[in-house]
Amino acid sequence: MTETRYIKAINEALHEEMARDENVVVIGEDVGAPGGAFGGTRGLLQAFGDKRVKDTPISESAIVGLALGAAMKGLRPVVEVMFADFLPVCMDQIVNQIAKTRFMFGGQFTAPLVIRAPGGAGLNAGPQHSQSLEAWFAHIPGLKVVMPATPADAKGLLKSAIRDDDPVLVLEHKALYASSGEVPVGEHLVPIGKAEIRRFGKDVTIVTASRMVHHALEAAETLAGQGTDVEVIDLRSLTPLDKETILVSVEKTSRLVIAHEAVKSFGIGAEISAMVAEEMIDGLDAPIVRVGAPFSPVPFSQEKDYLPNAADIVRAAEKVVNF
Amino acid sequence: MELHRSMLRVRRTEEKLQQVFADGKIPGFIHVSIGQEAVATGVCSCLTPADTIFTTHRGHGHTLAKGMELKPFMAEIFGRANGACHGNSGSMHVASAATGVGGANGIVGAGLPISLGSAFGSAFKGEDSVTVAFFGDGASNQGTFHESLNLAALWNLPLIFVCENNGWAQFTSQKSYMKIDTIARRADGYGMPGLTVDGDDVLKVRDAMRQALARARAGEGPTLLECKTYRWFGHYAGDPQKYRPVDNVEKARTVDCIANFERFLIDSGFADRQQLDAVDAGLRAEIDEAIAYAEAAPAAPTGQFLNDVYA
Repeated sequence: MTETRYIKAINEALHEEMARDENVVVIGEDVGAPGGAFGGTRGLLQAFGDKRVKDTPISESAIVGLALGAAMKGLRPVVEVMFADFLPVCMDQIVNQIAKTRFMFGGQFTAPLVIRAPGGAGLNAGPQHSQSLEAWFAHIPGLKVVMPATPADAKGLLKSAIRDDDPVLVLEHKALYASSGEVPVGEHLVPIGKAEIRRFGKDVTIVTASRMVHHALEAAETLAGQGTDVEVIDLRSLTPLDKETILVSVEKTSRLVIAHEAVKSFGIGAEISAMVAEEMIDGLDAPIVRVGAPFSPVPFSQEKDYLPNAADIVRAAEKVVNF
Repeated sequence: MELHRSMLRVRRTEEKLQQVFADGKIPGFIHVSIGQEAVATGVCSCLTPADTIFTTHRGHGHTLAKGMELKPFMAEIFGRANGACHGNSGSMHVASAATGVGGANGIVGAGLPISLGSAFGSAFKGEDSVTVAFFGDGASNQGTFHESLNLAALWNLPLIFVCENNGWAQFTSQKSYMKIDTIARRADGYGMPGLTVDGDDVLKVRDAMRQALARARAGEGPTLLECKTYRWFGHYAGDPQKYRPVDNVEKARTVDCIANFERFLIDSGFADRQQLDAVDAGLRAEIDEAIAYAEAAPAAPTGQFLNDVYA
């Protein structure tokens, strides 16, 4: 294990995969000499040259569409979209083209490509640079969506995504870029579609992802002090969703809280809540409670007030435990 | 003669499609390109199977001219299990990997960015294959047109942008949505050559395409090739076309790329009427056979669509 920053882990994954497979190309705005707006592509140009590391104009639809055409031609493009908030700029290419390529063409063409994009708030970046839009993409058949919470997962999920034969959207969290954690030395792959239990407990299950995993773990500490034993599930992948890990846990605890940074309404919490209700409503001892952001764009100056945090998760867990 | 056969194959296929559509045998809806065959044939006759085209909702002509077999094409339009796309796509998304058809597209202008990647892939692998992006006059007002032409020129991609200007963006005429008349003028703004040709003259289309192709294969970059033609029928099969006067349409139909080319072939001594009629009869038989094949083919089994979503 090596202590590594989240953004460095991403960078290592790109270096390793480009060295492993000459069909991997990195495409995006400022990914070359600047090394990416957040440093994710640092050193790639020097190591692999401008044939494989492509700086582009600010043209998200062209960039993402280009990745699709190149993937159909047998390459494995990794596109960096500078902020997840810019994904709506190229939504047609992602939703109508990339996600449907294998399907529409009956498997004659495939789209083995990766789109990396940082989402989330925490840097006072304002309403157009702070959103958590994962639910939109998890709603689209044909895409896979992953959200790493730790440096190890940031590396392992990205490497798996690059090797995957389907298009994968890797939603990194920009407020985690500077965070550090242990990353296994050598080849490290994290399977797509498999959740990770970050803390084992028997009283209440908290299902979460990305940065909220850390808030959930903090909440679990607080709750442990109150005698409540919390199980924290880090989804890691939204699509495919690891239903089994969730259901097995809820079967044990009979209580479920879902916590995400995105706006609560119509978010992934709604989906997981409905899925658990459909599969095992009789196994629940309390209503399912969701923690999410208020129904407002992310405010510039009042981010702390706006964002769901550990205290919100503690309150939600207390509510279901005391039901 | 091959040019004639190719154009007539498209014409007869689409005429037959109009008929079976009117008979209620095809689900959904179709967009035919009758009257525009010289563009599809003039462009695709210059290409090899290794070259790739991306086409539009009005893509039957391009797809067939590129060489797609009629049976998998027809079975797809009929929504059968043995259609080229397993019945998932229908008329609007037909693709054929084997003949270099990267897909028709239901979103106006959306094929252009994808064509960039195909051309990039060819160059990346050191192949001399090229990519052709077909699109209409309407698509030239999408942002994807601007983004794609800029990037293609910047990277000298082996790509040819073929604007099939049929004068109509769905129900709106070009004059109503565009200040300029000649779309190829826009090429200058991206740093690539722009050519405008009579899209109803297959030889002129082919000549212009050869120029563009020579440039692309030499690694000199993309060309915007505008082919001016006319959409004889409505936007979709069954369109009542209340938005345009009938006599304009009738007048436009007097310029028939196939009839003109047949006259040329006969006048120049390349063929006589009997030979051309024999080609026609052969095509009609081939098309009838493909229709019978599609009609007899089994529907996709229940739930089969789930198999094509992920690898």
